[in-house]
Amino acid sequence: MASYIPSTRDERLEMLKTVGVESYRDLYRDVPQEMYLDRGLNIPAGLSELEVSRKVSAMAAKNRVFPTVLRGAGAYDHYIPSIVKYIPAKEEFLTAYTPYQAEMSQGILQSIFEYQTCICELTGMDVSNASVYDGATAAAEAAAMCRDRKRRVTLISGAAHPDTVNTVRTYCYGTGDELRIIPVKDGRTDLDALKEMLKPDVASVILQQPNFYGQFEEADAIGALAHGNGSLYIMSCNPMALAIMKTPRACGADIAVGEGQPLGMPLSYGGPYLGFMAATEKLMRKLPGRIVGETVDSRGERAYVLSLQAREQHIRREKASSNICSNQALCALTAGLYMAAMGPGGMAQAASQSMSKAHYLATELCKLPGVSLKYTGAYFHEFVTVLPKAEEVLSALEAQGILGGLPVGDGILWCATEKVSREELDRAVAIVKEVLGA
Amino acid sequence: MNYPVDLKYSKSHEWVRYEDGVAVIGISDYAQDALGDVVFVNLPAVGDEVTAGESFGDVESVKAVSDLISPVSGVVLEVNEELEDSPENLNGDPYGAWIIKVEQVTDEEELLDAAAYEAHCAEEG
Amino acid sequence: MKLIFEKSVPGRGMDYLPQCDVEAVALPAGLVRDVAPRLPELSETDISRHYTELNKNVHGVNCGFYPLGSCTMKYNPRIDEEMAALPGFTGVHPLAPAHTTAGCREVLDTARTLLCEITGMDDMTFQPAAGAHGEFTGVLLIKQYHEARGDSKRNKIIVPDSAHGTNPATAAMCGYTIVNIPSAPNGCVDLEALKKVLGEDTAGLMLTNPNTVGIFDENILEITRLVHEAGGLCYYDGANLNAVMGVVRPGDMGFDCIHLNLHKTFATPHGGGGPGSGAVGCKARLAAYLPGSAMMDGAGHIQVRSFAGNFLVVVKAMTYILSLGREGIPEAAQNAVLNANYLQAKIKGTFEPAFDRICMHEFVLDLSRFKKETGVSALDVAKTLIDYGMHPPTMYFPLIVHEALMLEPTETESRDTLDWAAEVFRKLYDLAHEDPAYMHDSPHNAQIGRPDEVRAARNPVLRWKG
Repeated sequence: MASYIPSTRDERLEMLKTVGVESYRDLYRDVPQEMYLDRGLNIPAGLSELEVSRKVSAMAAKNRVFPTVLRGAGAYDHYIPSIVKYIPAKEEFLTAYTPYQAEMSQGILQSIFEYQTCICELTGMDVSNASVYDGATAAAEAAAMCRDRKRRVTLISGAAHPDTVNTVRTYCYGTGDELRIIPVKDGRTDLDALKEMLKPDVASVILQQPNFYGQFEEADAIGALAHGNGSLYIMSCNPMALAIMKTPRACGADIAVGEGQPLGMPLSYGGPYLGFMAATEKLMRKLPGRIVGETVDSRGERAYVLSLQAREQHIRREKASSNICSNQALCALTAGLYMAAMGPGGMAQAASQSMSKAHYLATELCKLPGVSLKYTGAYFHEFVTVLPKAEEVLSALEAQGILGGLPVGDGILWCATEKVSREELDRAVAIVKEVLGA
Repeated sequence: MNYPVDLKYSKSHEWVRYEDGVAVIGISDYAQDALGDVVFVNLPAVGDEVTAGESFGDVESVKAVSDLISPVSGVVLEVNEELEDSPENLNGDPYGAWIIKVEQVTDEEELLDAAAYEAHCAEEG
Repeated sequence: MKLIFEKSVPGRGMDYLPQCDVEAVALPAGLVRDVAPRLPELSETDISRHYTELNKNVHGVNCGFYPLGSCTMKYNPRIDEEMAALPGFTGVHPLAPAHTTAGCREVLDTARTLLCEITGMDDMTFQPAAGAHGEFTGVLLIKQYHEARGDSKRNKIIVPDSAHGTNPATAAMCGYTIVNIPSAPNGCVDLEALKKVLGEDTAGLMLTNPNTVGIFDENILEITRLVHEAGGLCYYDGANLNAVMGVVRPGDMGFDCIHLNLHKTFATPHGGGGPGSGAVGCKARLAAYLPGSAMMDGAGHIQVRSFAGNFLVVVKAMTYILSLGREGIPEAAQNAVLNANYLQAKIKGTFEPAFDRICMHEFVLDLSRFKKETGVSALDVAKTLIDYGMHPPTMYFPLIVHEALMLEPTETESRDTLDWAAEVFRKLYDLAHEDPAYMHDSPHNAQIGRPDEVRAARNPVLRWKG
């Protein structure tokens, strides 16, 4: 069995003596005998490192990793440069705690400050926090920021990611506030329906851009409607798209959030990912979570600290707007590193290649009999097809090492990224063609 | 510590001065000293109603936050917007740096005169 | 050091991608961003050196002693990292067909079985991403439970005044009114104070045991019994589970639900503030209210984040538990407690423990008398420790002890390290009496001097502007 306890048996006995007790049981003298676990735990005996490596590797081997991924729906298979995998594994970054002690944490603090700057650049917003758990919680926290005594209702587009909708709903349930879903028409948020829903009690409107179906929304118009009602406007954006797409700030957003996974994080069965959150300066003090600020030290040199802490739970307790303590620091470091490695040009390349390949795939698929696009609007790197024999198509693709699109309602939601080559796309289309007997 | 005699004080360390029926409200020297460097003041909006004994905003230092308790009930006539950019005025000149002015005063907490307030502060240590 | 943006040179950069091999498609005109984001433009050498320089300015558990109370900064085994980095885990799409993700589900099932046995719970979710997130989930279980029974008058959550700030903040996020109860002089729950506030409006009690001063509450069965009698449920904050895992189980103490900090107790690294995992366990009667993912599990559940949570963190924790096993888990707890008591005994005679008695995995020093004598504060001591290469203990927590320093050495420190740490504390105790001014100005040899936090908060500079 593996043990990470350095002290030897003899040392332990001497230490017990120093403490003035005879046995470990004496250390637990406050634990009532009736609950003391004399029977021991009913779990397997410990394993050596070699054994545990075999056992866990065997579990990993039971998963199927697809060389070609044409599925997104909130988790995207982008190329991750090698250096982006190596640096976050450095032991200091990996094993440090939250940088409470600025004098021995400048490296982490600066990495977060750089991340915050990148997020501001990407979104066009004034201020960013140090990240939250994921895109869904970022949307939920943003909605909470917008509620005040008079305005309690949150509106969210029905074309937002279902996990985001459900998470926002749960946070609203917590505080007893209402979430209303804006209907979807032809794969996009229905503006006429939204107009009807904008009542004086609406605190904020949440829109996802591009939305769950890959469609681009009329973000400017929706923002104008929200503001016309005196409500705040939250946009949840794909950060990869933002390399080339109009920023949430330019669309009028007060808060920009999103799932940061495309910024260098592997699929990993859903996590760890990263939620980014940025806002206008006016809302700075309502942002939840850690925020790093620049200042000077006692010698007048530039230094970084956790700042604006009076917003947070350890000071405000039940009056804090959120209970969040941690961020996803190592993921924020990874995202900052990814953006630096790719650079503005590389990010734009990855974004535009993803979009181009999705359009190529859509065009080729739609040449097949019975296959068509379900929605007519412009889209980024995801699209929904109506396709006969969907189940057979996906099985055939799977047999050839291709993770096909995700069944959504009566359609299939496909995704392509820069990582897939034209050859892979052609192969996928050929397999679909064969199943359809065309 | 300074306790001007022309002011009245609440036990929660706000001071009040009346100017033509309008209550001018700030925090005491004792309060600013206990808080340390004030870094931000959360102010109400003009027109908000405030209630005696209830919070109308808060002041933040680096490691603490403290509610501002209104000594009177009424309607906010004016807020000291200078404090948004210069919260340090509360440290430098607590009796000059008023926070809000309240009109249509209908109710007032039990307030102390300077001597009684000084004794109250001494008790709190 | 320079910011990465200050090292950027226009036109410099790497080409990680091949030329586009399909026809380029442009965004519709109205959707194009007007200016490119000002992201850094650097060579890979520049990037590698920049982050290596940053990494030198970080103190990790691998660098030295890290007795940060209530944070359980134990050694993070490297095999756990290696297992979590297996492509068989990192390459799995969360929405891949179930028959292709059997390994991931085996990890979650295995971790659930192990952790339910360790905590005495019946079911568990791994969706919450951190401790506070787990608290939110756990209190929502309590809320749903009462609602499902039509018990709508229960609107209060009881929290001891020694609790971490997340407890009251969580209860507020769940729509509850918070009732703070004072602690007894020994830092434990004051039973009389508890009885006074219990009633038909009690939704539940949030408690950590051992508590935040490092003492196991010997009245725990009485406490949970009283809450249950009043119709409330008991929530266990697992922040301090490292003291008792394998020795006593929260389920046997009478708790109904619990969150674990896999990144503390089960040795997964903190990563400078995350990602963690705040797994939530519960008794069978609450299992129906556990969260799910709309995409993975369908409708009808609460949900606290997307998909199944921080999966790779669960891989690490599971690997750790499988490594230690039946004997190793309690052994870790026992030695965490032994190390804390040993260090407390060695420091005694200089700095005073707030509670002079056998502690659990951590203990609190009360420096208020020391400060009166020397003028040197807990903060000054903490900052001077940095010059010795020791991460300071948790400062000014819990709030019920003034000038508090809270030390948690963990089981993965050797006696030599503890002896050295005690020696450093003794030195600082003497130094404070001889040269307090030196300590007011500490640290002297760190990455930076004390930062001006007032300036940071008054004039926030939260991004590079160029």
